[in-house]
Amino acid sequence: MKVEKVAHLARLKLTEEEKEKLTEQLDRILRFVEKLQEINTEGIEPYTPHFEETPMREDIPEKDFDPALVLSQAPHAEGSFFVVPRVVEY
Amino acid sequence: MLWKLSASEIAKAVRKGELSPKDVLESFYHRFLQTEEKVKAYITPLYEEALKEAERLKPSENMPLAGVPVAIKDNINVKGYPTTCASKILQGYVSPYDATVIERLRRAGALLVGKANMDEFAMGSSTEYSAFFKTKNPWDLERVPGGSSGGSAVAVAVRSAPLSLGSDTGGSIRQPASFCGVIGLKPTYGRVSRYGLVAFASSLDQIGPFANRTEDIALIMEVISGYDPRDSTSAKKEVPSFTEEMKKGIKGLRVGVVKEFMQGGLEEGVKTALENFLKELEKEGCIIEEVSLPHSEYAIACYYIIAPSEASSNLARYDGVRYGYRTGDYADLFELYSKTRDEGFGPEVKRRILIGTFALSAGYYDAYYLKAMKVRRLIAQDFEKAFEKVDVIATPTTPTTAFRFGEKTTDPIAMYLSDIFTVSVNLAGLPGISIPIGFSNGLPVGGQLIGKAFDEASLLRFSYWWEEVSRFYERVPMEEL
Repeated sequence: MKVEKVAHLARLKLTEEEKEKLTEQLDRILRFVEKLQEINTEGIEPYTPHFEETPMREDIPEKDFDPALVLSQAPHAEGSFFVVPRVVEY
Repeated sequence: MLWKLSASEIAKAVRKGELSPKDVLESFYHRFLQTEEKVKAYITPLYEEALKEAERLKPSENMPLAGVPVAIKDNINVKGYPTTCASKILQGYVSPYDATVIERLRRAGALLVGKANMDEFAMGSSTEYSAFFKTKNPWDLERVPGGSSGGSAVAVAVRSAPLSLGSDTGGSIRQPASFCGVIGLKPTYGRVSRYGLVAFASSLDQIGPFANRTEDIALIMEVISGYDPRDSTSAKKEVPSFTEEMKKGIKGLRVGVVKEFMQGGLEEGVKTALENFLKELEKEGCIIEEVSLPHSEYAIACYYIIAPSEASSNLARYDGVRYGYRTGDYADLFELYSKTRDEGFGPEVKRRILIGTFALSAGYYDAYYLKAMKVRRLIAQDFEKAFEKVDVIATPTTPTTAFRFGEKTTDPIAMYLSDIFTVSVNLAGLPGISIPIGFSNGLPVGGQLIGKAFDEASLLRFSYWWEEVSRFYERVPMEEL
């Protein structure tokens, strides 16, 4: 497992020290879970919870949170927007 | 000493007007002040706020928990207060809503006394992975309380609250209950709404209670159980009267003992306590039968693919944009995400996010996640087969009693193995309870009872009968302070 590549996918910027330590730890964890390959699972369906149905509800708009309350949680908000660095080049 | 009363005793007396909610709360507050500095169970204590609530409370007949103090694990949203999940990444977040269980507790007349410490995002088995501080085991302050719901277990063990809520994804209620000498129930998946519980591994997570008395567990289960349209996995199942069911006795019930769990690796005191417990069951008229769970040896490996996979997806929401922590310095959006997450998450959370991301990544999905989900079915089928022969299954909750601080933090896998008897129950979606069955070198030993899906009632029958036989609830850690 390439820690750097997976860390990129997971949006985790790791320090060099972390990368080194995690490479060793994750390799050990992956070797540990390798154990599952011992079992023959041919013809076995993946697990699904024992529910009879997926409940559906009517598509009716409901009053949810006050936008001001939601925005008040943001590390950086302006007006009715969350602020992030520019993502579109122009 | 009102703090020695059970939740049921308090609620009854409050409803009759024999006790005032304020007097009750003050007594538990006093007990909190006596014990908290030593054990550190709470991230956000709310006793002052609860006192005001107590003064306003108008006890009525339809309040099963009238005036009962309840501590809440800090991954359950309580409106108006921080939900930290014991993580830096939720810095500044204040819950804008109540979880369904909290709504139901309020309606039942309960008083919320605080948000309890835990392993960060419920990932851990010792509460050592809290980003803030370690919670200590009241039976020996040099040992861990277990985890991840360590704070909730300790609050009930020291009686700073008669009841608390935790969450259990692989043993996070039962294992700390066992280490702290209290009762902890993980209900059947779907029994209790998860709306407002911060998601870790959605197909495994379940909210459940801690208490010293079975009747208190039964009481709070009647309050928090039942269908909730806001949780699409909550089950449309009738909620039995647990407080009545628990009194039915255990004569003639069939108890399975798992062949694979009794071999090797068990601490001597744990083994002896379980054997004694089984002898008592037999004397009472239970039929003990050996059952086999042949795939249980794969449960930990299976769990450590499925839980991190789901976690890596659930924790993608912590991005420094909408709430919580944001890194101070970044050049672009990618760096905003990746630095925020690196600085905000602790080491165990990062390990699991990486394992999960890897297991779900292109080219590896079939070999890891899909394989684990197939093995999960085999594990669930083992239980189905066993339950053709028996009504409940009895195991130790954990292979050892509470371990020392630092003993397992250097080796992630050693930490994972402390959940060896509990994870398969989550994988199969079944209910499990840990009850105190003995002591070994002064430390509590927990026994786990596993039931058929939605049969928490049978587990409570054993717990209720046993507490009268053992009277372990009379032993209070740090009683004289």
